[in-house]
Amino acid sequence: MSDGGYSRQVTTPLASVGLPDAASLRTFLHGLPGVDEVGASGRVAMLGTRSIKNASKAWAIDLAIRMVDLTTLEGMDTPGKVRAMSAKALRPDPMDPTAPSVAAVCVYGDLVSVAREVVGSAVHVAAVATAFPSGRASLEVKLADTRDAVAAGADEIDMVIDRGAFLAGEYARVFDEIVAVKAACGEAHLKVILETGELRTLDNVRRASWLAMIAGADFIKTSTGKISPAATLPVTLVMLEAVRDFRATTDRLVGVKAAGGIRTSKDAIKYLVLVNETVGEEWLTPDLFRFGASALLNDLLLQRQRMATGHYSGPDYVTID
Amino acid sequence: MAFEYAPAPESRSIVDIASSYGLFINGEFVDAKSGTTFKTINPATEEVLADVSEAGAEDVDRAVAAARAAYEGPWGSMSGRDRSKYLFRLARLIQERGRELAVLETLDNGKPIRESRDVDIPLVAAHFFYHAGWADKLEHAGYGANPRSLGVGAQVIPWNFPLLMLAWKVAPALACGNTVVLKPAETTPLTALAFAEICQQADLPPGVVNILTGAGETGRLLVEHPGVDKVAFTGSTDVGKAIQRAVAGTEKSLTLELGGKAANIVFDDAPLDQAIEGIVNGIFFNQGHVCCAGSRLLLQESIADEAMASLKRRLATLRLGDPMDKNTDIGAINSAEQLARITALADAGDAEGAERWSPPCDLPDHGYWFAPTVFTGVTQAHRIAREEIFGPVLSVLTFRTPEEAIEKANNTPYGLSAGVWTEKGSRILWAADRLRAGVVWANTFNKFDPTSPFGGYKESGFGREGGRQGLGAYLKESS
Repeated sequence: MSDGGYSRQVTTPLASVGLPDAASLRTFLHGLPGVDEVGASGRVAMLGTRSIKNASKAWAIDLAIRMVDLTTLEGMDTPGKVRAMSAKALRPDPMDPTAPSVAAVCVYGDLVSVAREVVGSAVHVAAVATAFPSGRASLEVKLADTRDAVAAGADEIDMVIDRGAFLAGEYARVFDEIVAVKAACGEAHLKVILETGELRTLDNVRRASWLAMIAGADFIKTSTGKISPAATLPVTLVMLEAVRDFRATTDRLVGVKAAGGIRTSKDAIKYLVLVNETVGEEWLTPDLFRFGASALLNDLLLQRQRMATGHYSGPDYVTID
Repeated sequence: MAFEYAPAPESRSIVDIASSYGLFINGEFVDAKSGTTFKTINPATEEVLADVSEAGAEDVDRAVAAARAAYEGPWGSMSGRDRSKYLFRLARLIQERGRELAVLETLDNGKPIRESRDVDIPLVAAHFFYHAGWADKLEHAGYGANPRSLGVGAQVIPWNFPLLMLAWKVAPALACGNTVVLKPAETTPLTALAFAEICQQADLPPGVVNILTGAGETGRLLVEHPGVDKVAFTGSTDVGKAIQRAVAGTEKSLTLELGGKAANIVFDDAPLDQAIEGIVNGIFFNQGHVCCAGSRLLLQESIADEAMASLKRRLATLRLGDPMDKNTDIGAINSAEQLARITALADAGDAEGAERWSPPCDLPDHGYWFAPTVFTGVTQAHRIAREEIFGPVLSVLTFRTPEEAIEKANNTPYGLSAGVWTEKGSRILWAADRLRAGVVWANTFNKFDPTSPFGGYKESGFGREGGRQGLGAYLKESS
């Protein structure tokens, strides 16, 4: 697998974007252009009418499979469940070895070693950390959570931001936490979950995106999946615009992960069209765009089987884990 | 590997285009007495679609007489409630045949199927539904306790939104109790003829709607006919002026919806990504064949470079080509004549020293095409900043202060529409108060709704279409 996203420069020093202190950070974030919600929704609605057929559909489905972070984040998760899911991550379609592996498995920190045993180095192992999903714990606890997951073999950490602090305007606190978690990650890749369903406005989504990127995020991620709404097309559009503009400013490429609520191939293809027409094909790689999902994979596999055989199979022809 | 979208063409098998069409007079398709015909073509391929009759003086006489008879007969004495039933029926039939009408519109006009399917035809149905609701409530419309219809309407419409312009004209006229003779543009007659079939399907009394195909001469004969009570025209300012001269001194009432050279003003506190979308939608929607197109972009200097970079990046993603492909953003120019006009004005932009830019763009070998084009370094003195181009050509000017933006925006003989982009609510209201334009869009552009009156100031015409105000064009006020 490519590790193109992993070797990139980690943290952008505040000074390089003209941000020496907390007050400047606030001024910078509030100086970003606003987002018109009606306009953003109109744009994604128009892109949602793109008609993706035949060879382009087959290509998009394989790409979407390769972008999936196959996820289980339940209190009832067991080693058995995680082993089954990890096996599926490696070989999603037991009947068709040409079906690609997914990008990663995503689990709670205590199950990282179980997942790693199954997938080896063929698939990334991502762990949610920092008192996921609420983020309501001390920084010490969050850092310990992160270090544990990395020590257990996670090469990707999905952290949550402190939404309370963000909404209270304590941007520097959110920033410092991300910087600290990033340091605790060591070599592991850091995805920063904004939990956009709690940030509510697209202006906040844009500000939080920039905040996370400046603090060193390798990926910015929409949601925990525990809050509704989770990923939406308008939110993802704004995050894609943010990584595009951040790249133009700093020359650093940051990935985007749309997580939660994406269940069908049709939805996934809408996201790929959005990526294609907002940031361009450079981002159409698992190193820079991911889907956080569980049910999505089976629908992608069903569509893949249909494209290959010309007829629909059914839920008994894809595996449950 | 790039994400190439495989061709996704809409099927044309849903439409059944006859090889030739007569005129629709008194509820029937009849041969033209004139005996002359012309061809309508698909501008994307130059394929001939059908032979269409050209109505002459005798045909206009017959149509106006049929409309008069219907007005003095069943339609004029019908209750508003019953007229309303017919309008609802027309609206439902348009919806049911929506896909067919969208395909037909795209074939005859060259506009992308995405636009005819998602914008034109849904708005056509919406206009009939909206006016169907008014037909039995006219005494509450603000035109007195017992407003009266005018009589026979002569309606001449353009080629840019063929069926939608028909709806803007026919729906309010019928709702108010008038009968009409309508002439569609010579390059786009097919959806009007399909609408004639829908009138038959709806059992509309004969003569209430008459459709005469033809070119400028047919239009002149129609608006000058002594038997019409009302003239409504949408089209160029030159023709509008000629019609106004022709109608002067007669009893005919007149509404004109003419050209425009709208300013789309982007202030430095605008929601920039959405403003870019609005600029694109403002000028490249329907290949810029839009009278209210945002053809003059006014950028505040402090964000001009950033905005231009974003705009160019966005324009590079526009998909020009087969209008029948569901993924096409920019279709064909409607006619060779219009293409020549756009080309000439763009060349004038070059000659006058403006800087021309187009994204890399392959134009098809057949048909009429013009790449999306942006001129920067444009001043108010350039022809491309003053004349309506009616094509996918954007002129970019800059301003330093809000006052300067308004001065430049208003510095045009036209006054149809304008756009304002800012996150500041007070600035929207301040600008809307000062812009001499019939429609001012705030943080959006080219949005239409049957409930909202549309029409111009100055050389963009007079009278309003849509909304309660639009009914005034087809009613005599009572005391």
